[in-house]
Amino acid sequence: MLILRREIEFQLYENLDTLSLLKRSRFMEHNEHTFSAVLDTAEKIATDCFLPHNHLADQNEPSFDGQKVTMLPAVKIAYQAFADAGFIAARYDFDEGGMQLPESVMTACSGYFMAANPSSTAYPFLTTAAANVIKHFASADLKARYLEPMLAGSYSGTMALTEPHAGSSLAEITTSATLHADGTYRIKGAKLYISGGDHELTENIVHLVLAKIPGGPSGVKGISLFIVPKYRGDGDNRVKNDIVLAGLIHKLGYRGTTSTALTFGEQGDCHGYLVGEPHKGLQYMFMMMNEARVGVGYGAAMIGYRGFQYSLEYAKERLQGGKAIVEHGDVKRMLLAQKAYTEGAIALCFYGARLVDDIHTADAEQARDAAELLDLLTPVIKAWPSEYGPKANDLGIQVMGGAGYTREYYAEQFWRDNRLNPIHEGTNGIQALDLLGRKLWQNKQQGLAQLFALVQTDCAIASGPVGQQAAECISHYLAQMPALIDSLGADLQSKESQALQLANAECFMKVFSGVILAWQWLRQINTAEQRLGTELTSEKADYYHGKCQAGQYFVRWELPQIAPYITLLQNRDDSCHKMRTNWF
Amino acid sequence: MKVLVPIKRAIDYNVKVKVKADQSDVDLANVKMALNPFCEIAVEEAIRLKEKGDVTEIVAVSIGPDACVEQIRTALALGADRGIHIKTELNLDSLQIAKLLKTVVSDENPDLVILGKQSIDSDNNQTGQMLAALTNMGQGTFASEVSIADGKVEVTREIDGGLQTVALQLPAIITTDLRLNEPRYASLPNIMKAKRKPVAVFNADELGVTLASNVTLLKVTPPAQRKGGVKVADVAELVSKLKDEAKVIS
Repeated sequence: MLILRREIEFQLYENLDTLSLLKRSRFMEHNEHTFSAVLDTAEKIATDCFLPHNHLADQNEPSFDGQKVTMLPAVKIAYQAFADAGFIAARYDFDEGGMQLPESVMTACSGYFMAANPSSTAYPFLTTAAANVIKHFASADLKARYLEPMLAGSYSGTMALTEPHAGSSLAEITTSATLHADGTYRIKGAKLYISGGDHELTENIVHLVLAKIPGGPSGVKGISLFIVPKYRGDGDNRVKNDIVLAGLIHKLGYRGTTSTALTFGEQGDCHGYLVGEPHKGLQYMFMMMNEARVGVGYGAAMIGYRGFQYSLEYAKERLQGGKAIVEHGDVKRMLLAQKAYTEGAIALCFYGARLVDDIHTADAEQARDAAELLDLLTPVIKAWPSEYGPKANDLGIQVMGGAGYTREYYAEQFWRDNRLNPIHEGTNGIQALDLLGRKLWQNKQQGLAQLFALVQTDCAIASGPVGQQAAECISHYLAQMPALIDSLGADLQSKESQALQLANAECFMKVFSGVILAWQWLRQINTAEQRLGTELTSEKADYYHGKCQAGQYFVRWELPQIAPYITLLQNRDDSCHKMRTNWF
Repeated sequence: MKVLVPIKRAIDYNVKVKVKADQSDVDLANVKMALNPFCEIAVEEAIRLKEKGDVTEIVAVSIGPDACVEQIRTALALGADRGIHIKTELNLDSLQIAKLLKTVVSDENPDLVILGKQSIDSDNNQTGQMLAALTNMGQGTFASEVSIADGKVEVTREIDGGLQTVALQLPAIITTDLRLNEPRYASLPNIMKAKRKPVAVFNADELGVTLASNVTLLKVTPPAQRKGGVKVADVAELVSKLKDEAKVIS
């Protein structure tokens, strides 16, 4: 069992009203049956093709003999099953071979793959993301040459952004793209940590490479985006493009996903094709970034959730002192914390996915609201689940005792895999800076105003005992937010105090995300208490009682932990800011 | 050439089956249900015969409550052309199912009926054989290979000690074994296409079949818990334990 279907259905149909999407013209062809049939296919392929080699691929990571990358054959079978089922194009129009699937439902499907095998899932997910960029910004000719085979599963895709000396700071990339007489470009440079950068899973790999056209504007404004394929041309004309795999990187987790160092244009013959207009590369990439970051947060939530279920299963069967360890108080604490972290994170990610649907399909005003809110929530959706997912996996290891750190069990792999998520797709430090330095103030703070209003509404409608108590705690912290944010805003205006505030960005992330997660739990409690007010069988009621108990735990145990960070922010604490390199 | 594929909604094979506290049946509350794996193989075989050009129409039929439509839709998404749902809330046994299927056979006149050899919930392995008897059709059970030529179907059967190949006059009944094929997954575009395929609905009690069952379910119990093992000192002790305790050799 990967994810309880009950949990998915709760998130989709009870906590969110996903069926209301059916009224929108884009989704009118759908109904609950088509959604559940897609979920069935996702669950089946994840269970049959991805799950069985998750542990094996961790133990047998891809290897490179100087010529070719070798990995378990099962990875290719999984990749093909994913592509053949139509998941890469799931969101596309019917006439493009897609299913016009809402992001909410696609998110639910993705969860099965992430929970089953995050490292094999990375290959088709990267292809999906790269295909999305090509679909939106590339010319018709490039789409015909690269997008179509990517959707069919014969080509895969990567995102080649990072360079050995430039990761978080993309302004400093030095890979160059020089215009050639034939209208294409010649790419030269090195890229590092490129996931899926080389393998034999597909007949070609389409790298989306960020590079600078000489003579263009400096900094991020001079970055352009190129399609750089591993092989150029078709059939007899097919030649290897001048890209060399310098080596594979050996990682803590996600070991089944190749992470590569790539050299482009060593022989001066690496052809690249400009996507869209020159110097707009980063802009194109960032238009997809919200969705990609929601994806990372959700993946982290799912690995966390799988670890929770895995340790729960163990705790129910492992007897100590004459009873199953799940009956022991401290084990309950650790399981409840895992439930609170992971189901809270899942609820937040589904909420984000719904906003993506609203951005694309709601009426203009609602779409604008959704875009503003998602902009604000994105750093939290990326950072919180990727911090608390690994925390849940850590507790999962603790629940299982010696079995937890034993490699024959899976708990330690969940933790290692998940430990990458706070780092990739923008480190959590970057997310905190993005939140405090940028997102909070965007759109004249409309997103923030919306968020506060939404939290207040959910506090006001809480009618059950657990919900009302939670609403009271949340309101206590929510009331402190406007003054705190205003004073931070004032400080950020001045050069001297700005650096200090940004050094404490993580404190603000903790405070802000703590309130948001408590709100997400309140929403779940409200839904559950409403259902508990109706006539239910005891099994059905158990599920909702579990939601209330985990929500109560979050609000009583976790939420108050933001208080000291509020104090640090209010006091303009300079412990980190004033520290000097030579004092370490 | 028309193929009829009877399919069953059964507990999902990934679910850890639990018995109800009062031992009256398996606990199906909040349990994921799916297309019975052997039936999935039957649907797949029909689709492959259609892809080869041997078959022109595939009709999937299921008997049970409203929820069975989900499994019919699955079969349609896999590639069946239309569905028939025979509605009943009763928990029927193999003979009643076979009798109901006989009425469908009389209506539809299929050239082939392909069934799963058994369902993973009740494991009876009877319906195909009973339907063959009721309809006077030849049967090729436990099929691991099927080929159609010259108005006959050749079925390779998995039997104790090897394989047996039988040639059946059409119309005929085939039941599928595990190794016949590996079923495909319902692709997303095909799930959408399945929405437009027709599903005819009949009430089981209007088909002239006596639905009263002659089988009573007395009690369901989980298999005995596995006992812990013991280490033996040598082969002699092992042999004596196999003889005296396990009594599996003499």
